[in-house]
Amino acid sequence: MTPTTPHPRSRSHSHSHPLDIAPAIAAKGLRKSYGDKPVLDGIDLTVPTGTVFSLLGPNGAGKTTAVKILSTLITADSGEVRVGGHDLATNPQAVRAVIGVTGQFSAVDGLITGEENMLLMADLHHLPKKEGRRTAVELLERFDLTEAARKPASTYSGGMKRRLDIAMTLVGSPRIIFLDEPTTGLDPRSRHNMWQIIRELVTDGVTVFLTTQYLEEADQLADRIAVLNNGRIAAEGSAEELKRLIPGGHVRLRFTDPHAYRSAAAALREAARDDEALALQIPSDGSQRELRSILDWLDSAGVEADELTVHTPDLDDVFFALTGDTTLTTDQTKETVR
Amino acid sequence: MSILAPSPSPSPSLSLAVRDSKTMLGRNLRHVRRYPSMTLNLLLTPIMLLLLFVYVFGGAMSAGIGAGADRSDYIAYVVPGLLLMTVGSTVIGAAISVSMDMNEGLIARFRTMAVYRGSVLIGHVAGSVLQVLASLVLVSAVAVAIGFRSTDATALEWLAAVGLITLFALALTWIAVGMGMASPNPEAASNMATPLILLPLVSSAFIPADTMPGWFRPIAEYQPFTPAIETLRGLLLGTEIGHNGWIAVAWCVGLTVLGYRWSTARFNRDPK
Repeated sequence: MTPTTPHPRSRSHSHSHPLDIAPAIAAKGLRKSYGDKPVLDGIDLTVPTGTVFSLLGPNGAGKTTAVKILSTLITADSGEVRVGGHDLATNPQAVRAVIGVTGQFSAVDGLITGEENMLLMADLHHLPKKEGRRTAVELLERFDLTEAARKPASTYSGGMKRRLDIAMTLVGSPRIIFLDEPTTGLDPRSRHNMWQIIRELVTDGVTVFLTTQYLEEADQLADRIAVLNNGRIAAEGSAEELKRLIPGGHVRLRFTDPHAYRSAAAALREAARDDEALALQIPSDGSQRELRSILDWLDSAGVEADELTVHTPDLDDVFFALTGDTTLTTDQTKETVR
Repeated sequence: MSILAPSPSPSPSLSLAVRDSKTMLGRNLRHVRRYPSMTLNLLLTPIMLLLLFVYVFGGAMSAGIGAGADRSDYIAYVVPGLLLMTVGSTVIGAAISVSMDMNEGLIARFRTMAVYRGSVLIGHVAGSVLQVLASLVLVSAVAVAIGFRSTDATALEWLAAVGLITLFALALTWIAVGMGMASPNPEAASNMATPLILLPLVSSAFIPADTMPGWFRPIAEYQPFTPAIETLRGLLLGTEIGHNGWIAVAWCVGLTVLGYRWSTARFNRDPK
């Protein structure tokens, strides 16, 4: 679990530059409070160059604050950060020159066209006119916006705005890209398109720092995942490593009749109770052998559930285990005597 | 560094500062060209007031500016004030558009790019001043159409008049930008900037300050519009300027510095 361990999916690069050896992002002891409420309570992060790093956490965990600090938008109260080899506190302009940021909220100019938005970015990156025009055309084409290029960006759909947003971020070829919840609010197809875009970026050697509240997204894209909860890193590692952190899966029995539920709960004392959903959870690894023995046991106990589902451990379980969703355990402890 | 840094220089040199400011100005002017309705709406107030005061109240009001004065004298009296009121009215647009901008994710994007930090605000200010000058051309055209003539202004006085108006526009724009930065939303910005169009109503724009009641006169006298109006009147119509010229320039410089420092302090704060 040492953060600098190279991950199998890490990409190597043809050009050898010191920044390839140094991590793209290195943060130590990052703290930020609003008033007396700590949002980031001393976090350490290391993102090797050319990898995808995902910061995962529930709403309000501090993900956006972390991105805002790392991308020079706001200043941290304390902590040391180097992005692209530059010190964030003393040389933010040098950091800005190597990063691209797509925030959670659309950062396009709705009053001008998609093409004009792209040319605006090209001008701000000081690209020569011709090169700027070429880059704009290429990126609009790549993000399937050529047809809408001459329309005001305010008329775009949510998915189109997101694509334009990312396209604008890519003008000037940033080596490190921050994406704050890039797929929130997108339909499934747009989400998969976005994943494809992110994968292509990494193939080009770009480092991607991504926040998400979707575990599947982190699982799909990230080389390393850090789970952020209450301003602290609750766990960090690859998706596989994180899944190994928690005990195996379970079988879930759901009842519709409260009486059936209560008598089943009485018969199966080992099961974890979820009184609100009228569901019982029995630990299981999901193998055929174990499943059969559970079914036999249910038959002998005279329990008939309305629904039986098998859960293998996924990042959701890790997430709930780490972010302190303890409803099941509390229900278990205050088991009532009937 | 050449491979990894797309921008030629991360430290803002003067030429990059000018280039980025020009880019931002271009963006703002494009907004105005494409959505002229706000500018035209803001322009409507001074033009309406010009016509109202000349044709409806003009006959009665002319009595207030001196014995034997008639409607055409009153046109001459009221136009300098209305030109400066046009400045106050047009810069409200700057407050609104700055506030709209600050509520957009786009400004966050600019802040994370290696562009000259001041370019966002400078783009707004330069755009607003150009907009004011364009509005003044329109209001002047209406004034000339209804009979306004400068009586004895020399070329130098015309130049000074344009300089004064530009300086005044710069000062009020920086104040308006500060108001836009300090407002949580465009509606609040519009409300906060309303005094910029109300102040000329309680100045010497429509009636000499010395005809106002004693308790009220200081309000009219100690505010930026009155000395600026008196100076403009003097330049265009040859009336007495006295100390008003220096007072007007001092107001402009003071407001510019104040508005600039207010706006940049707000801009350099961490965004929410």
